[in-house]
Amino acid sequence: MAKRIDVSGLSAFYGTHKAIDDISMTVEPRSVTAFIGPSGCGKSTFLRTLNRMHEVTPGGRVEGKVLLDDENLYGAGVDPVAVRRTVGMVFQRPNPFPTMSIFDNVAAGLRLNGSFKKAELADIVEKSLKGANLWNEVKDRLNKPGSGLSGGQQQRLCIARAIAVEPQVLLMDEPCSALDPISTLAIEDLIGELKERFTIVIVTHNMQQAARVSDRTAFFNLSAVGQPGKLIELDDTDRIFSNPSVQATEDYISGRFG
Amino acid sequence: MSHALQDQRPVRAPKSPAPASLTRGGLPRWAPTGIAVVSVALGCGAGLVFGLHSKIQWGLLAALLFVAITYTASAVVENRRQAKDRVATSLVWVCFVLAVIPLLSLMWTTISRGVKVLDGDFLGHSMNGVTSFEEGGGVYHALLGTLEQVALATLIAAPIGLLTAVYLVEYGRGGLAKAVTFFVDVMTGIPSIVAGLFILTTWNLMLGFGPSGFAGAMALSILMMPVVVRSTEEMLKLVPNELREAALALGVPKWRMILKVVLPTAIGGIATGVMLAVARIAGETAPIMLLVFGTQLINGNPFEGAQSSLPLYIWEQYKVGSEASYDRAWAAALVLIAFVMILNLVARGIARWKAPKTGR
Repeated sequence: MAKRIDVSGLSAFYGTHKAIDDISMTVEPRSVTAFIGPSGCGKSTFLRTLNRMHEVTPGGRVEGKVLLDDENLYGAGVDPVAVRRTVGMVFQRPNPFPTMSIFDNVAAGLRLNGSFKKAELADIVEKSLKGANLWNEVKDRLNKPGSGLSGGQQQRLCIARAIAVEPQVLLMDEPCSALDPISTLAIEDLIGELKERFTIVIVTHNMQQAARVSDRTAFFNLSAVGQPGKLIELDDTDRIFSNPSVQATEDYISGRFG
Repeated sequence: MSHALQDQRPVRAPKSPAPASLTRGGLPRWAPTGIAVVSVALGCGAGLVFGLHSKIQWGLLAALLFVAITYTASAVVENRRQAKDRVATSLVWVCFVLAVIPLLSLMWTTISRGVKVLDGDFLGHSMNGVTSFEEGGGVYHALLGTLEQVALATLIAAPIGLLTAVYLVEYGRGGLAKAVTFFVDVMTGIPSIVAGLFILTTWNLMLGFGPSGFAGAMALSILMMPVVVRSTEEMLKLVPNELREAALALGVPKWRMILKVVLPTAIGGIATGVMLAVARIAGETAPIMLLVFGTQLINGNPFEGAQSSLPLYIWEQYKVGSEASYDRAWAAALVLIAFVMILNLVARGIARWKAPKTGR
């Protein structure tokens, strides 16, 4: 089910501007990897290169290799649509489709990708909503619009929508930054459950969150504004937060910057 | 830390001393209405006294008085900031009234003159066998012509305009998109008679077809297309990018994302835009004169033979110049306005029905 990600020599550009430089790392299957680092250091850009969403941005361009179980996402003839079906994504701001009901939102990925039988669809929707710990809250109003839910519920709806298409990898770009502590806790618990089935990569600005949810942590930094972001170190979360091998990491996580 | 920062800052004395109390004198809530009534009365009074013939002068006088009295009263009772605020508000109101008066007057004139001969007979009969000076006759052939020509023009222009807008917003990059935008802008400025002449030279003179509703519809679609492109483009740009990314991240192909996420989200605005474009072309006369030719008979086939249309009918009846034909012209004008208004209501209904829902 879950797949391993192997990145080697990856650089991403916006037009002529190099946003991230020569990143290599391995993400183990069925684990949570957290990306931390200051704003603008390319965490989100790097995350978006993992399911070829980076090239959706006008001028977005990538060099290097991303292997998903030995298959290069940037190889010749690879269909970005197929990649995104395998590598799902949850965004910073909850973005349910405003024209669709809660049910349709969860079913959107399946319905837009092909026709499913109604009963089958209902099963998958229920399973996904249960998987996102949202079922009990919305089971009586599946036909109501998704935008009527609270922010935390909307974000869990988006997670349900992402896991409904059964991806191998789930990318989360600051999924809790727009949420209150209780909703954040709900999502963090959910991440703990989801890692049994998916490979999860999460970008976060909240270091306690990284320490709580992740198995491994990657620290990104940039030498100056306008310079491309770099991967400083990737290690087990315990080690990063107790005894990092690079001074810059220790400065960042302990709040002593620069 | 924060203390140190504050200490470094030079302490600046406030320009005006802080008010001793937070309450202040204020005009009562009915003041704007009262001032409006007083200034209208004064304006009319002054108009009568000085013997101004034009009612427009009365109105302008009242408007000026309204703004002036509001400012003075507020400056005396309240303060200068409040007075400026009230002047701005009253100017907005004056402009609103100035804009609405011609509209209401037009509606009133058309309705009061139009209802005279407007009845089922008028709507259900053509001018066949009715000489221009006689009473009677009707607008059926013209209404039918307008409906068919506008429907055909919409069938041509709406899909092309919609797809052009989708191209410009979702796919268009670089030179081609810029060129398309430029030519759409140029098309917006084409006078309707030029669009008519273009179809006349190509369709009628070069290809040798006779006058027909379809030829008129083609000219109308030229006028309609840029309007549809522009309004649809704006609506598509309003669709949040996050929705596109959300759909793409689910592994949805781009064309499907546009069809199932972007267009449904914007459909209310797009429908309104198309209906407004329809309303705009429904009143066109020049290309109809050139290409549809006009007739007094009922011709239900827009692809062959001359037809009529409401604007053309109004112009014909006005040209005759008899009492009966004037009545018919006004009634036809009322029918045309009602037609456009119904279209607008339909568009609003669609927009409300399809708009993204937020209820729980």
